[in-house]
Amino acid sequence: MSENNEGRQDAQSYELKIGLAEMMKGGVIMDVTTPDQAKIAEQSGATAVMALERVPADIRAEGGVARMCAIQIIEGIQKEVSIPVMAKVRIGHFVEALVLDALGVDFIDESEVLTPADDTHHIDKAPFRSPFVCGARNLGEALRRIGEGAAMIRTKGEAGSGNIVEAVRHLRQVNGDIRAIQALRVEELATQAKDMGAPVNLVRYVHEHGKLPVPNFAAGGIATPADAALCMSLGAEAVFVGSGIFKSEDPESRAKACVHATTHWQEPVEVLNASRGLGKAMEGIEMETLDESERLANRGW
Amino acid sequence: MTPSVGILAIQGDVAAHARALAKAGARAVPVLREKDLDGLAALILPGGESTTISKGMDRLALWEPLREFAASGRPVLGTCAGAILLARAVEHHPVPTLGLLDALAVRNAYGTQVDSFSAPVDKGAKKGLEGLRCVFIRAPQLEELGLEVETLARVEGRPVLIRQANLWAATFHPELTPDTRLHELLLS
Repeated sequence: MSENNEGRQDAQSYELKIGLAEMMKGGVIMDVTTPDQAKIAEQSGATAVMALERVPADIRAEGGVARMCAIQIIEGIQKEVSIPVMAKVRIGHFVEALVLDALGVDFIDESEVLTPADDTHHIDKAPFRSPFVCGARNLGEALRRIGEGAAMIRTKGEAGSGNIVEAVRHLRQVNGDIRAIQALRVEELATQAKDMGAPVNLVRYVHEHGKLPVPNFAAGGIATPADAALCMSLGAEAVFVGSGIFKSEDPESRAKACVHATTHWQEPVEVLNASRGLGKAMEGIEMETLDESERLANRGW
Repeated sequence: MTPSVGILAIQGDVAAHARALAKAGARAVPVLREKDLDGLAALILPGGESTTISKGMDRLALWEPLREFAASGRPVLGTCAGAILLARAVEHHPVPTLGLLDALAVRNAYGTQVDSFSAPVDKGAKKGLEGLRCVFIRAPQLEELGLEVETLARVEGRPVLIRQANLWAATFHPELTPDTRLHELLLS
């Protein structure tokens, strides 16, 4: 290779991981279970796909242990599309993550949607080549995940519920927590870090910059173009739509509509145009009917 | 007077370019409609997903307005996905492009994200860009460069920054590092 090889940094570099997350801003990342669905997502303008065996709504309905997606499904999707391919691993299951890293997936989601493999620890994410995204309900949780090496944070919301209320709660919580940190005096930051269980250097970063050090996306319960635009309005920099697309009556139209509404979230007329003639949205679940033990957002430590 | 520079804002790292422009002394203007192009000194096509951005261009009917902008002689810089949009043709999962820059863009030419890297430009880069560190994220490569195309910088022997008259294409992301020399060059 060239004489400059000594100055080369490879994919383990945090800058390169956050860089890919930056490229996904303003876009929609869609859950898919087959190469055909991945193609529909790409043709509809998705910025990335999340490869899964079952979408969260089915995981919830069918029960049982939810694990990393079968490799042949991920490989089939990687062959089909040119956009980044993400895949989920169980919380704490670093060997599933090593397998996906070896497969060269573009992003790993250490996800509460799958059944946790470790009830105390998350994965040490820094040494991997693939960047990681993790869910968070509040700033402390977000900064713990970033401290472990996550290059993107998303709200947990309540996956597979078709109900936006939890994603809204988590977005407001994370952004409210950020504003509260900004209002503190510098000497108060260490105690605040201790109280919220977050690394103090990251609390200092938030105090100084008024934002997370990585992109902050929304996920969990987005089912309509207006849901996507609502999340963008509340400060999300991009959205994940999981069950909302392929559990709806007309996935292709809905996928395009969610992309359109995410680009034009500041223009009500465009969100209106995106909302027209979409067929039936996925069935939703009232939060009150979900027992605490059924809430996926409670997974993660 | 502070120059206004447009950033195509369909999707991608618009915010990172806006930060770099502010540092380089320009005002960033998000571009989603033809009328947003009025009064701009230059235009940036940012990084992001070229499929997503190209579909948005269809929907917003922005192809012709952007071609007209480029024909006006004002500088246009495409980075990564933006470089793909400028190219004459695309290989490996082709997308529609503006077709203005006489080069073939090969998408994801280095591989997936696990093959992403950063490296300084090779010796012999254009004056003023020596030592520039380039961040490559699922980056394309530019091949079959036309006679009008000038190669301004290479990394590991391959062209990473090229220019054809007022059109600039970088396969890397100058907006992701604190070094704003390329943005300053575009404005000068």
